[in-house]
Amino acid sequence: MEKIKNYSYIGLIKELSLTDFKLKYQGSFFGYLWSLTKPLMLFSVLYFVFTRFFKLGGSIPNYPVYLLLGIVLFNYFIESTMASMGSIVGKGDLIRKVYFPRIILTISTSITALITLFLNLIVVFIFMIFSKVMPPVDAPLFLLLLVELFILTSGVSLFLASLFVRFRDIAHIWEVCNQVLFYAVPIIYPLSFVPQKIGKILLLNPLAQIIQDSRYVLITDKSTIASTILPFPYIFIPYLLPFFIFAIGYWFFQKSAAKFAEEV
Amino acid sequence: MKKEKDNKTIDSREVAIKVENLSKTFRVPHEKHTSLKAAALNTFHKKSYTEFQALKDINFKVNKGEFFGIIGKNGCGKSTLLKIIAGIYVPTEGKVVIKGKISPFLELGVGFNPELTARENVFLGGAILGISRKKVEEKFEDIIKFAELEAFVDMKFKNFSSGMQVRLAFSLAINAHAEILLMDEVLAVGDANFQAKCLREFNRYKQEGKTVILVAHDIGTIRQYCDKAVLLRDGKMIKIGQASEVANEYDKENREDEEERINREKSGGLNLGKQVEIKKVSILDVKLKDRSRFSSYETIVLRIEYSAKKEYKKPVFGVGIYSSEGVYIAGPNTKTSGIILNKVKGKGFIDLVLKNVPFNSGDYLISVVIFDWEIKTPIDIKDKAFRINIMSSGLNQNGIVRLECLWEVKK
Repeated sequence: MEKIKNYSYIGLIKELSLTDFKLKYQGSFFGYLWSLTKPLMLFSVLYFVFTRFFKLGGSIPNYPVYLLLGIVLFNYFIESTMASMGSIVGKGDLIRKVYFPRIILTISTSITALITLFLNLIVVFIFMIFSKVMPPVDAPLFLLLLVELFILTSGVSLFLASLFVRFRDIAHIWEVCNQVLFYAVPIIYPLSFVPQKIGKILLLNPLAQIIQDSRYVLITDKSTIASTILPFPYIFIPYLLPFFIFAIGYWFFQKSAAKFAEEV
Repeated sequence: MKKEKDNKTIDSREVAIKVENLSKTFRVPHEKHTSLKAAALNTFHKKSYTEFQALKDINFKVNKGEFFGIIGKNGCGKSTLLKIIAGIYVPTEGKVVIKGKISPFLELGVGFNPELTARENVFLGGAILGISRKKVEEKFEDIIKFAELEAFVDMKFKNFSSGMQVRLAFSLAINAHAEILLMDEVLAVGDANFQAKCLREFNRYKQEGKTVILVAHDIGTIRQYCDKAVLLRDGKMIKIGQASEVANEYDKENREDEEERINREKSGGLNLGKQVEIKKVSILDVKLKDRSRFSSYETIVLRIEYSAKKEYKKPVFGVGIYSSEGVYIAGPNTKTSGIILNKVKGKGFIDLVLKNVPFNSGDYLISVVIFDWEIKTPIDIKDKAFRINIMSSGLNQNGIVRLECLWEVKK
C-alpha cells in the first residue's frame, strides 16, 4: 500500500508515552514515588535478609548500591516487557479505527518504561553519592550498556506483544520466566558465589552480562564480568544476542502486524 | 514524444485512490484458541473454520477532488472496504493504491481518554490523527471555539456530556487537513444545530476540492454531496457511476427488498390472503399516457388497478406521497375525500387525479394502500414503490411545495 511517509509518527510516539506515564501515576497520591517504592522495598528486604543475615554480599564492597543497581536494571526489563506485551491488545480499539504503524504502540510503552528507568537511576546515583561511591573513569560506557539493554528489551517486547495477540496465556508463561530469571541473573548474589562453570553459563545471558558490566563500570571492579571469565568465541554471545533477538522480534512483529486489527 | 503528451491531457485528473481486484475474506475459526495450551493440544486436529467473504472483486478509481460515495444495505461490506482503504485491514486479494495523505474519520474521538482533560485529549487525539504538534498548537483556539468548549478546556473528559464529547471530537477531526478524507456518515450526529455545522463542513470540503470517500447511510446524502458513487451488496459492486444513478439503483433495491419482505409477511401472516389486491399502479399524465416525469403544476393521474377475489365492502384506497428523503408530504385517501365504495368484486381500477401539483423539482416516492373502512390494517400496500420526478420550469423555490406568490415591494 503506497503511503506518503508521515513524520508526525514521532509526535505520536511522544504523545502516547507521555500520556501513558501521566496516567500511570495519576490519581494516586504519591504518583511516581510509588514506582520507586517497589524497587526500594525489594532492595530493603533483600539487603537485610541476605546481607545482614546470610552475609551474601561479603566480598563485594559497596554491596547495597551494587544490589540496588541490579534491581533497578532488572526491574526495567521486567516492567518494560510486561507492559509492552499488552500494548497491542490494550489499545485494541485504537488499532481497529485508525491506521498507524502498529510498532508505535510497543515503542511508546518501551519509552514509558525507559522514563521510569531514568528516574530510578537518578535515585541510584543519589544513593551512590551518599555511599561515597566514586565511579571509575569508564563510567560513560554505562550509556552504551543502556543502549544494549534497550535493544534487548525491545526485541523481547516486540516478540511478546505479537504473540500475546494470538495466545493470551503467554502472560502467565512470561511471569514464570521472570521468576526464573530473577535467580538465573546474579542480582542478589555475587557471581563468585557459584562454581565457575555455572557462572560462565549464566553470563551468556545478555541480561546478566549487562547488569554485571554496569556494576563494573559504575561501582566496583570486583564485579565478575563476561570479558574476564568467558573464553574467546563465547564472549561475543551475550553482546550479540540482543541484536539478534531484536532482529527476530522485529521481523515477527511486522509479519503479524497486518492481522492485528482482525485478531485483537 | 507526442503520444505521451496526448495521453497526459486525456488523463489530466490525477487518480487519488485506485482499488484493484480487491477481495477480503475473513476466517472465523469455529473454536478460537486463545492459549498456547489449546493450540498445542489441538495441533493435530483439523482446524475448522468458516470463511466469510466480505468483499469480492472490487474495482474503482477515485480522482483527485472527487466526492465519492459508498452505499449499500447494512452488512454489504461498506465499512470493511473503508477500513481496507484506511489501512486497518489488509486485503486478501488485490490492492489499494493511494496518492496523498489520508485522514480517516471512521469514528470520532479515537484515542480520547476519559481521564485526561479536553486540552490533553486534543493533543493526543491530534497526534493519533497524524496532525503535527505544531499544527495542533496553532489551531488549538479554533478547535475549542468550534466545539464551543472554551470554558471547559481543562476539565476531565469523563465529566463532559456525550454531546460535548462529540463536538470536541468532531472539531478536532475536521482540522486534520489531509488531501484525502475517509468519512463515515454516522459521524454527523448530535443536535440539529451541530448537524448543520457538520453538513457545512461537508460542503466546505467539496468546495476546497478535497478528495472525499464517504460511506453514506442516507440516499439524500449521496444525491446531495457525491459526484460518483458505488453500490455494494453482499460484498460485490452492483453499480458504479454518477451519484444520482447509483442512488436510484439503491432506491430500487430497497423497494424490491421491501416488497419481498411484505409479500413474505403477508403470505405468512394473514390467513385469508389479500381480500383486495393492488394489481398494478400506473402513473399517467392528463392524456392517460404513461409518464414518470412531470412539470410543476402539471396534472398527474395515478391509476390503481385492483382485484378482489370475493366481494369486499367499503375498501378505502389511499396514496402517500413522500420526498426522496422519505418525508411524508401528503396522504389523500378515498374516505377523506368523501368517496364511499360500497363494494368491490373482481377486477377494477380507480384513478386518482391530482391537479396542479405544486411541488418543486425533485424525486418523489409514492405509496399505494388499500385499507378496510376503519383504516386499521392495510389490506395491501405497495410502500414507496413508485417514483415520479418533477421538473419545474423557471426558477425553483426552496422547500418541497411551490407557492403561487407575489412579492409586493412598498417604498
